[in-house]
Order: sequence, then C-alpha cells, then structure tokens
Amino acid sequence: MTIKQVSVFLENKKGRLFKALHILKNEDIDIRALSIADTSEFGILRMIVSDPIKAQEELQKEKFAVSLADVLAIEVDDQPGGLEKALDILNNKDQNVEYIYAFVEKRTQKALVVLNTQDNETSRQLLIDEGFSICPPEEIYNI
Amino acid sequence: MNKFREEDVYIFNKKRECMSREDMRELQLRRLKKSVKYAYDNVAFYRDLYDKNNVAPEDLKELEDLELFPFITKDDLRKTYPFDLQAALKEDWKEVHSTSGTTGIPTVAAYTQKDLDIWAESTARGLASVGVHKNDIVNVAYGFGLFTGGHGAQYGAQKIGALAVPMSSGNTQRQMNFLKDFPADFLCCTPSYALYLAESFEKEGIDPSSIALRGGLFGAEMWTEEIRNKLESKFGISAQNIYGLTEVIGPGVSVDCHIKEGMHIAEDHFYPEIIDPNTLEVLPEGETGEIVFTSLTKTGMPVIRYRTKDITSLNYEKCECGRTTVRMNRITGRSDDMIKVKGVIVFPKQIEEVIMKMDELAPAYQIVVSRPDTLDEIEVQVEIDQANFKDSITDLEGFRHKIGERIKDAIGISVKVTLAEPYTIPRSEGKAVRVIDKRDFS
Repeated sequence: MTIKQVSVFLENKKGRLFKALHILKNEDIDIRALSIADTSEFGILRMIVSDPIKAQEELQKEKFAVSLADVLAIEVDDQPGGLEKALDILNNKDQNVEYIYAFVEKRTQKALVVLNTQDNETSRQLLIDEGFSICPPEEIYNI
Repeated sequence: MNKFREEDVYIFNKKRECMSREDMRELQLRRLKKSVKYAYDNVAFYRDLYDKNNVAPEDLKELEDLELFPFITKDDLRKTYPFDLQAALKEDWKEVHSTSGTTGIPTVAAYTQKDLDIWAESTARGLASVGVHKNDIVNVAYGFGLFTGGHGAQYGAQKIGALAVPMSSGNTQRQMNFLKDFPADFLCCTPSYALYLAESFEKEGIDPSSIALRGGLFGAEMWTEEIRNKLESKFGISAQNIYGLTEVIGPGVSVDCHIKEGMHIAEDHFYPEIIDPNTLEVLPEGETGEIVFTSLTKTGMPVIRYRTKDITSLNYEKCECGRTTVRMNRITGRSDDMIKVKGVIVFPKQIEEVIMKMDELAPAYQIVVSRPDTLDEIEVQVEIDQANFKDSITDLEGFRHKIGERIKDAIGISVKVTLAEPYTIPRSEGKAVRVIDKRDFS
C-alpha cells in the first residue's frame, strides 16, 4: 500500500531542476506533489507523479540519477493539529520521520501528505490502527 | 607604512656573488670536475650509471660537456633509499632530512658538516639580501624536523649572527604574540601562511604593518606577484622569494634580492641548466624549461644533473643589486603532473587509485585546486549514478565523507568531495585534463 516516489539527484547548478521538469512535461507526466531537499552542494528532487515508472525511464534516458522510493500518502484533517496528531503516534512508537511534504491538490476535504519513515510498513499499521486513512497508489497517481 | 630599509641590504659574500662570468665559469668547471669524480668514485649508483652510458668524469673538459652525462630523477633517489646515494663516510654524517614521503618512498639526504656550512652560506646570502644583520631577530615559521624549511633559515640567520627563533609552523596565536612582542625584524615561512598571519592580526583589530617586521623570505610553494604585493602592503615589508629542494640542499638554492627580478642562484655551489622536458636537450639562455641542478661542493649526497621538474628560465645579466650570479624566475609550473597543496606534494594518480578502487563510483573524476582565500583547497568531483544514488541526504553525505576519508588516507590532507550528476565529468580520452589548477602562478 505504499506509493512510488521518484527521487532525482540534482547538482546545485543553474537549470538542472528546469531540465528535469521539462522532461516530464514533454512526456505528459503530471506532478502531484513535489519537494526539494538540498545541501550546499547538491539536492534531491522528490516527486509523486502520474506515472512513476515512465518518469524514471525518461529521466534516466537523459542521464539523471533516479530512484524509486516507497513512501506513504496519508490523509490528515485539514485543520490545526491534523498533521501533529499523526506525527505524535509515530513519535510515541519511536518511528523516525525521514521526510515529509504535502500535496497541493486534495482528494477529499482532508489534506494529503507524503511521509517517509524508518519503517513504512510499521508506520502504516500504526496510523491505520489510529483511524488514519492511507491512500492507495492508483488513487494518488490519478488525482 | 613600509618599514623595509634598503640601506640595510648587503651582499654577504662579495667575492662569490659578484664574480665575473668568466671567473664563475672557471670556478664552476673546476668544482664540477671534482664533484662528478667524487660521485663516481664514492657512489656505486653513479659509477654504474656512467659506465652504462659510456661516460667518465674525465670526459668533462668544458662546462657544456656536462650534457654528455645522464640525468637523475626522484625515482633514482627512491630506488637508492635510504642511503645508497650517500658519498661521505657514515661517520661524517651530521644531520638527515627527508621529504614527507606522501607519494611513496621519501627522499632522504644526509648532510655532512660541510654541507650544513654550504646551506648556511646560501641562506645567509638570501637573508643579507633582505637586510638581516646580527642584531636582528628572525622568526622562522617553516616547519622544523625532517622538513628542510626551518633548519635552513635558522642556520643562515645564525651564520649572520642574528637571533633565529625556531617557531616552526602552527599555533598562530603564539606566532602573532612573538612577532609582536620580541619584536621580530624578519619572518621566514610559506607565503600563504604569512598571508594567513596578516589576516589573523587584522581579525584581532591589529594592523599587521604596525608590528616591527621589516622583511621576510617566503617560499616552499608556488606563489605570485599578487601575493607578494599583498604581503608587502599588509605587513609593510619587503617580501622576497626563496627556492630550494631537499634533493639539492633545501631552501636557499636561490633567493630574491630586494630588486625582485629573479632569484639569485648560489651557482658557485649549485650549477643550473634549463632543459626541454620532452627532448631533454639543454635550452639556450633565457628560454623556459625544466631546471636541472648539479651540486658542485656537496659531500653528503652529491646530485649530478638532478631533474627538479620545476619550470622556469635563467637570466645571466648583471643585476641592479650588484650581484652577477645567474637569476632564475619564479616557478611557473611543473613538467610532471605533481601538484603542491598546502605544502604537501600530491600526484593526481594517488586520488585516481582511491576512486578506481571504489566499485560504486564511476571511473570519472576531476580535481580542482584553488585558493579561495589564502589557503589552498583541493576539490575532488565524482559522479553519482544509478548504482550509488540513494534517496537520502544522510546517505549521500555519508558517501561523500567516506570518499573524502579514503583520499585523505592516501594523500595525507583533507579534500572537499563534491558529487556531480551522471556523465557530467569528461571521460578519459587518451589525455583527459584531470587537474584544474585555478591558482594563478603566472
């Protein structure tokens, strides 16, 4: 029940993000959510897209280093404390969050966030047990 | 304010430093004949080498006949490690010096008392040309120990009768205190460290030109007129270049006079030739090539036609300062791919070996040497690709760190590792440019 995130290695150089996004545009691949983690030297572009496998192929063709990572997409209440509640559950069970970012679009009235933790399977179970809803891949890719 | 006093400079050994060209050549020939014969008679290495090349000391009739003799290189010095090039009896060895050996087997040289005297004489000539007198204090911030830097300057200062302070390198706060408090009249160290000292004073709100310092001999690394101007204006001194190498004797082989139009070679002790590093032919006067030295008076480890790999040119015109000794220009490069960073010798090959041993790395790399502020920095660029890309900043940083540690183990100094995107580093096509040296030595 995890979704595939496309991760791309980017040098901190002018035009690299543009180049990656340009390739996706040309292949008609939609970006659902996006984040960039960066250090002073390099960055990782992380995206949830409509077709992760194709995105990976096309980016690799253009000599980007790409990997597909399994991440969770969870729904949280779109109100103060909504996300905090989910993190509290993970925190109590010592599940480290590696990174987190939000979707722009909504599937329902709830907010959607991408979550990568130490052990996504355990986290998923913990969140489901507490009544959170985890979005299945096909729904995410087709928002 | 410039505190340098031109009236203080003097010629230490007028008899030798102001000889007519004719007299110098006569002296050199006499000494050369003796030195080559001495090496042949006392060192099996030279005997074998010359026998194999069908030359003998007796073939030396003119100075130019030296061209008949084969060169020796650093490799020969390694092959004869530690003492097979020594000509003097062991009981006459007084001191030993060595290169750091980071590139393999170190080059070791034992000095006899006579060698130490020659060394002191050579550096004393340099110190006199910046105005060191016997009532002066000379802080020597070159490293002491096996490295030749510190000792040479100390012996020279002592020969003049000055007080040599063996500061050695490091402990910048104490360096600053002693410079200020003693106060030091002269400073000997690497130009980049001198610049660092100047900036350290500035950081403390002290104008470096407010200390007593009047001059200094700076060397042991390549530097530029720009750095000279900076040192001179910051400290208010005369900054003069000193050159030398352990294989020949150490720093003092040649030194700038205060005119600063080339370093005067102590050519009555060290005979220079300029060769084309490719054809190995001796080049006409004034042309740029690799400088080769032959020791004329050394008794510990005589060197006959030692290839330094340093690129420069010679100027035989009489200098404005009154000296007639031949001058060599600043070193502008190397005939091999050696780079000297933070005073440490690095060959790109050492870094390449580390990278090639790491299966997770593509066989592509680039080395960029720069001097962002005053100190050298090496950047090693490697590629991230499908095989080693991980969706984690921590993992990638860890990877960078691991490569950096391995390179440091191999070359002895820290480098900055940067990760590049796949296939962005030029592949080796015969002769790829592996090193980009952004430092300006011209």
